[in-house]
Amino acid sequence: MTADAGDAQRLTEVLRANAESLIDKWVSAVAGLLRGRSTKTELERDFREFFTALLPLVGSDGRDVGGPRFTEIRSLLEEYSRSRVRAGFTPTETASSVFSLKREVFELTQDDPSLHREVLVFSGLLDSLGLLTFESYARVREEIIREQAEQLLELTTPVVKIWEGVLAVPLVGTLDSARTQVVMEKLLESLVETGSEHAIIDITGVSAVDTQVAQHLLKTVVAARLMGAECIVSGIRPQIAQTIVALGIEFGDIVTKASLADALRHALRREGVDVVRREVG
Amino acid sequence: MPPRSGGPEELRISGDDDVVRVRQLVRTYAQQTKLSLVDQTKLVTAASELARNTLIYGGGGFARVEEISDGRRSGVRASFHDEGPGIPDLTLALADGWSSGSGLGLGLSGARRLVDEFDLDTEVGRGTVVTVVKWKR
Repeated sequence: MTADAGDAQRLTEVLRANAESLIDKWVSAVAGLLRGRSTKTELERDFREFFTALLPLVGSDGRDVGGPRFTEIRSLLEEYSRSRVRAGFTPTETASSVFSLKREVFELTQDDPSLHREVLVFSGLLDSLGLLTFESYARVREEIIREQAEQLLELTTPVVKIWEGVLAVPLVGTLDSARTQVVMEKLLESLVETGSEHAIIDITGVSAVDTQVAQHLLKTVVAARLMGAECIVSGIRPQIAQTIVALGIEFGDIVTKASLADALRHALRREGVDVVRREVG
Repeated sequence: MPPRSGGPEELRISGDDDVVRVRQLVRTYAQQTKLSLVDQTKLVTAASELARNTLIYGGGGFARVEEISDGRRSGVRASFHDEGPGIPDLTLALADGWSSGSGLGLGLSGARRLVDEFDLDTEVGRGTVVTVVKWKR
């Protein structure tokens, strides 16, 4: 549904003539909705830009929202959504920013029946733009999740030196091929850098040890061994131990321990260090 | 077949992420049914093996998880469906240490030892369905 040019022209005139009061009411409505989490000054700056970009589009019902005419407002709304996601606003709050303008325009034009048809078209336009905001919001959120997943891959595989010659790798979560690769590379590099001869791989935080996880662990241990380092696998909880036995996985001559503390004691002993309790007092 | 008491849920298996999702779903069901921690871990591990088999050897498929009851006790049933090449030699496939791929060769045989009931329905060229049940003790 597209209104003829004359009516569209008239609505544009009305909107332009009342721009200041419209933007003001629009900002107040949204500020109330966001309960002070965004200042009026910020909102006013953003909304003024939207409004200016929106005026030439009056008359379109928003079906061609992906078209070249909408390039400017699209990038404005995408930028707006992006900042809203980062600031922790909900998708509803973000899209409502656009929808709120509708109410103000309805109120402004309710006494002029000749504009109703045009306002209806304008309402369709705002719907499309609101949905666009919603989509941008979802897209930005997905980007953030993807970034975080990558960061997590790095974060969750720290290799720490816990004693002279002893490294520890606490594994958390799911151990898939990609993770194992990262762990193995970091461990082997750290072994060279620190000249360590012992590495403790702690699997307390690994939720399930299946044959693939076991195979990855075995490969890592063998690789470390080729470099002259001995690996100890620690953090084997009772339920994991029983599962490993039932599965029939053989850890061979790899040293395994129930806790990281046991593993450290074992490694220290092999390094020739004895931990002795001293009388206190 | 025991009557159903918990709604079944299905998950597509088409990537490594899906194996993780199947594992989480099975864990949720195992916790709901109040399986012991050891049994939970065993069932989840078996599901992990079978889901990965569905993915790697069956070329993907789906998993179906449900809570079941035979009147006296409750349990969790998980089945793994694929339309892959099927298993030509079952005895070999269920032997410890044999793998047609690059794994340890313990997945299928190990999974069988981790659960209370194990059913394997396969036909060369048609696909494979593996169904496992773990009962609450």
